[in-house]
Amino acid sequence: MKKNLTVRYFAGFREHAGTAEEAVTLDAATAGDVFRALAHRHGSAEPLGHCKVAINDEMADWDAPVHSGDVVLLFPPVAGG
Amino acid sequence: MEIATSPIDPDELRRRLADDGAGAYVGFEGWIRNENEGQRVLRLEYEVYEPLAVKEGVRILEEAKRLFPVLHADCVHRSGLLEIGDCAVWVGVTSAHRGEAFDACRYIIDQVKVRLPIWKKEFYVNGDSGWVNCERCAEHGLAHADLHAAR
Repeated sequence: MKKNLTVRYFAGFREHAGTAEEAVTLDAATAGDVFRALAHRHGSAEPLGHCKVAINDEMADWDAPVHSGDVVLLFPPVAGG
Repeated sequence: MEIATSPIDPDELRRRLADDGAGAYVGFEGWIRNENEGQRVLRLEYEVYEPLAVKEGVRILEEAKRLFPVLHADCVHRSGLLEIGDCAVWVGVTSAHRGEAFDACRYIIDQVKVRLPIWKKEFYVNGDSGWVNCERCAEHGLAHADLHAAR
């Protein structure tokens, strides 16, 4: 089922996409579906396990469901410290 | 838990943890190093998604206090441009005895490094720059993916 989502890109993902945020309409059931459907945008060949995702400002699992209106944050591998 | 845009002052932060019941204070400072994986680093830039970095950082501090019998625990991480030698992250823990302060401090910095939405862009002497830990992202993505698949 098509979902209207807002997707936000960070760090290397943002640089590759050329934008920090965009509205998308995707046939996606889970956060992982969103990541895979937008691979050409964020440009990542990283396995999902190395990246992280948040939905509406809460950290989420890749199999977490997405709903129309959600803001999905796609995080490349983190490197704090 | 705090994200700082100006230099970290560990002495000032340590004083905030003062407690008459504390027999031990353990502090960790992460500094900017001039080299990474063979490349000379000039400076670097931290990008922090602050709302979630703070939320997740608070969660880590609460976990540490639950796992180890400490009195106080706190953490400050920088964002923005940093130079060689600058303090990028500080963790401080106080407890009655030293063992739990060491353990809690180690737990906090280890978790901060793998869980907080923070990214590090290094600027090298040769003019290149790159996002740390993301060598398989973006333009290098496919070549590296092939390399890994071939292993």
